[in-house]
Amino acid sequence: MSIELRPSPHLHSGRDVPTIMRHVVYALFPVCAFSIWQYGLSALALIVTVTLSCLAAERIANRMSGTVNTLSDWSATITGVLLALTLPPAFPLWMGAVAGFAAIWLGKSLFGGLGHNPFNPALVGRAFVQAAFPTAITTWAPAFAPQRFSEFIPSSLTLPFMVPNDISAWVAANMVDGFTGATPLARWKFEHFVYPVEDMITGAASASSGETSALLLLVCGLYLIARKFMDWRIPVAVVGSAMIMAWGFQLYDAETYPPMHLALLSGGLMLGALFMATDMATSPVTPMGVWVYGALIGVLTILIRYFGGLTEGVMYAILVGNAAAPLIDKYLQPKVFGARKK
Amino acid sequence: MTMSTKQVTNMEQLLEGIWKQNPVFVMVLGMCPTLAVTVSAFNALGMGVATSFVLVFSCGLISLLRKQIPKEVRIATYIVIIATFVTLVDYIIQAVSLALYDALGAFIQLIVVNCIILGRAEAHAAKNPPLPAMVNALGMGIGFTIGLLALGSVREILGAGKLFGITLFGEHFQPWVVMVLPPGGFFVLGGWLLLFAWWARRKNAGPRSPHPNPLPEGEGANVPLRGTSDKRGHHGA
Repeated sequence: MSIELRPSPHLHSGRDVPTIMRHVVYALFPVCAFSIWQYGLSALALIVTVTLSCLAAERIANRMSGTVNTLSDWSATITGVLLALTLPPAFPLWMGAVAGFAAIWLGKSLFGGLGHNPFNPALVGRAFVQAAFPTAITTWAPAFAPQRFSEFIPSSLTLPFMVPNDISAWVAANMVDGFTGATPLARWKFEHFVYPVEDMITGAASASSGETSALLLLVCGLYLIARKFMDWRIPVAVVGSAMIMAWGFQLYDAETYPPMHLALLSGGLMLGALFMATDMATSPVTPMGVWVYGALIGVLTILIRYFGGLTEGVMYAILVGNAAAPLIDKYLQPKVFGARKK
Repeated sequence: MTMSTKQVTNMEQLLEGIWKQNPVFVMVLGMCPTLAVTVSAFNALGMGVATSFVLVFSCGLISLLRKQIPKEVRIATYIVIIATFVTLVDYIIQAVSLALYDALGAFIQLIVVNCIILGRAEAHAAKNPPLPAMVNALGMGIGFTIGLLALGSVREILGAGKLFGITLFGEHFQPWVVMVLPPGGFFVLGGWLLLFAWWARRKNAGPRSPHPNPLPEGEGANVPLRGTSDKRGHHGA
C-alpha cells in the first residue's frame, strides 16, 4: 500500500467544466423551447445560427492559436444560446452571426480562452451588436403570430450586410392587435404605461427571445441552484438589490417611478441575474464579494433604467460588475483562520 | 561598387519604415491620429500624406543642421522645425481641400506632437546625412500612410459601405455604426495587430511546424550556459 501525499483539497466532487456547462445548457432548453413556441421559426433559426457561429468562431480561434479543440467543453454552446436569448426574435440572422463571432473573439479568445475572460462573452457580443446595429436590436416582433410556424419574420432572412427587411407589413398581415413594438420598460419610460403582470409572465409582452417569461427563467434557475451548479447568492443579491431600489423609488415618488413588479419581471433582469451574472469566470469567488457584486449589478441596473438614456440596463450593469469583480475579491478576502493582524 | 551598396542601403532604409519597423503595426507609434481620423479611407490618406510631408522635410532640415544644433536645446529646436512644416501643411490643406481640413480638424496641428516625427528626428536624422535621413523618413511616412489606410478602409467599408466615397454594396447596405465611433478604431487596430502578430509567428515557426516543439530550443539555450560553466570549471582547475 502506498500513501500519497498531496496538498488539499483532498475530496473532489467529480464535477468538471464540461459537466457544469452541459447542465446550464439543459437548464436553458425550456427557455429556448418557450421562445420558439412564442416566435416560431425565426427564434429557432436565430438560436441555431448564433450558436453555430459561436462554435465556428471558437474552432477558428483554436486553429489560429494552436491550442487544443475546446468545442467539447460546451462553453461556446452556452455563449451562443445565451446570446441568442438576449437578442430580439426578429433580429436578422446575419447580425446574429456577427454577434456570435464578436462574442467569442472579442469576449473570450483574445484573453486566452475559457476562464481568462474578464467579461461575460455573450454580453460582449450583445454589446457589440448594440453599438453596431442600434436600430435592429430595438426592433421587436409580436409573439404568438398565427403564421409563426410556417413562415419567418421577414427581417430574419435579410441578406447579409443589408438593412433589415421591414416587418410592419408582416405584423399587419398577421393581424396582431395592439402591437406597439415596444418593451414594457420602453413603454414605461416613454408613455408611463404599466404592463399587466400576467403579460410579463406568459410572454405576451414584447422582449428579447429569452426574457419574456420571468417565471420560466426562475424555475430553470432554481434547477441549477438545487443541483448546486450555480451560486445562489448572486441572483438573490442582484434581484434583491434591484427590488429594494425599485421599492425605494416607488415609495419616494409613485408617480415618476414604475411599480416594483415592472422592475423585476420586465427586461433581462431574471435572465441576467440567473444565467449571466453567475458566470463562474467573471464573478467574484469570495463569500462576501459575491454579495457586493450582486448588489452592484442590481443597483446599477435600476439606475441605468431610471436615469440613463437606455431603456434596459442589465447588460451594462453586468459588464461593469464583471470589471469590478477582481477588485471586489481583492478587498474582501476572508480572514484566514488563526491568522493574526500585523 | 560603393555606389551600388549605397543604393541597397537606401532601399533598405526605405523598406524598413514600410515593413520591418512599420510605425503603426510594429512600433505602435502615433496612435492618436491613427485612431481618431481613420473613419474613412480618404481622411486616412490625407493624414498619412500630410504627416509624411512633415516627416520628410523636417528630417531633411534637422539632418542639415545637425552639427549646428546644440545638444542641450535639440528637442526644442526639432519642435520649432517640425512646427514650421506643420504650419505649411495646415495652410496647404486648407487651400487644396477645405472638406479634408474640416474632417481632420485639430489633428493637422497635432502632427507637431506626433511621436513618429520627433522619434525619427532624434533617432535617425540627428545622426545621418540629409539623403539617408529623408529616405528613412519617407519610408516611415509611407509605412504610416499604409497603416492609416488599412484602418481607414476597413472602418469605411463596414461603417458606411463605401471606399474613398464610392458606394460598394448598393443602397441597402446596413452600416455598422460602431465602426465609425471611437471603439471601432480600437477594434480594427487590435484586429490588424493580431493578424500581423499571428502571421509573423507563423512565418517564424516555419511552414512545416504547426505545433512548435519547445524542447530543442530549450536545449539550444542551455548549450552556452553549459559551455560557460565548463569554462569556469576549467578555470578553477
